[in-house]
Amino acid sequence: MNSLNHSANFPWDFLHAEIVKYQQAKEEKEKEVRQKYAEQLSSGLDAEVLTDSQLVQQLFEQGNAGTRLESMGFRVGYALVEKIAKDCPRFTTELDIMKFVCKEFWTSAFGKQVDNLRTNHQGVYVVQDNRFYTVSTFSESKQYLEEAAMYLSFPSGMVRGALQNLGISSVVTNSCDTLPSVKFHVHIAR
Amino acid sequence: MSKQSKTTGVVDSRKMSGELFTLTYGALVADLVRDFERPAEVNRQLDKMGYNIGLRLADDLLAKNSQISRCTDLHQTADVVAKTALKNYLGVTAQVTNWSSNNDEFSMVLESNPLTEFVEVPSDLSELRYSQIICGAIRGAMESLHMEVTASVVTDVPNPTEIRVKFIRILQEYLPAGEED
Repeated sequence: MNSLNHSANFPWDFLHAEIVKYQQAKEEKEKEVRQKYAEQLSSGLDAEVLTDSQLVQQLFEQGNAGTRLESMGFRVGYALVEKIAKDCPRFTTELDIMKFVCKEFWTSAFGKQVDNLRTNHQGVYVVQDNRFYTVSTFSESKQYLEEAAMYLSFPSGMVRGALQNLGISSVVTNSCDTLPSVKFHVHIAR
Repeated sequence: MSKQSKTTGVVDSRKMSGELFTLTYGALVADLVRDFERPAEVNRQLDKMGYNIGLRLADDLLAKNSQISRCTDLHQTADVVAKTALKNYLGVTAQVTNWSSNNDEFSMVLESNPLTEFVEVPSDLSELRYSQIICGAIRGAMESLHMEVTASVVTDVPNPTEIRVKFIRILQEYLPAGEED
């Protein structure tokens, strides 16, 4: 049970890249299937299409790559925070929880603390990380800004999952103006 | 000076919790099981992902471990994989056993496999090879070092993971011109 305590460089970033790639490929495939379905529908072959259960399943599958990555991240964050917080005293305020997420959770999940935490004291928090883990290997220019967005969905979900398990329902979005600096916007549901 | 502090920042951010890795992998497998109807398809997909990872890991491994020199026989290769590569990337070492009589096939037994740390595989997924991604990674890493191997999971959760690796051939044609010796 202690094989996780070694200080190995777990190739998480490679694994994460593969997951992103897989989800993107899947979204692409679904688009094709939908298009095919639309074409066949317009040429009046719908009965035949509907007998193909695989196709129907893909057709009605919800969400694009981003949301699916987010929900995978949610699951991971939800379980991970339980492990990290098990020895912590009970948090009394919302701000305590946010601080915990920005320090302990961030350190064990993304290797460092956040650089800046701001709030308007009405349930909106902005978490800034100037060198965010999943995009820290990207080129520091505008070149890959668009591609990088996909690499932030999973961590967003992790943050949301962590907060959920600590008793806070939230919506987490992210924005990124210059790589590798990322801002996470946490909107707490009232 | 600023350059230096930048690089240490990167090194720091690479140290992360192994639990994150395990949980992420678990989420991936769960997602694949939901996506594909047959466990065999899941195994294939995991193997493919592992292969892609392996192609890149081999580079990383050789860049960071300058003591690894060219392997002259499969015993050395097996040792590097079991003692160095697995140690670096999964934090465990494996036992190399069960050599075939002509020394082209061996088994690696991982006493504690971090991938399967929190895992229970339901009985209707008995075909699922949970640690298949390691096989893919070994195959990919070996291929980028010009060795064609096959790797397969013999036993998996709940037993200790056993991976059978079989050497097929040296890939000569991938050597760039002027590099062969």
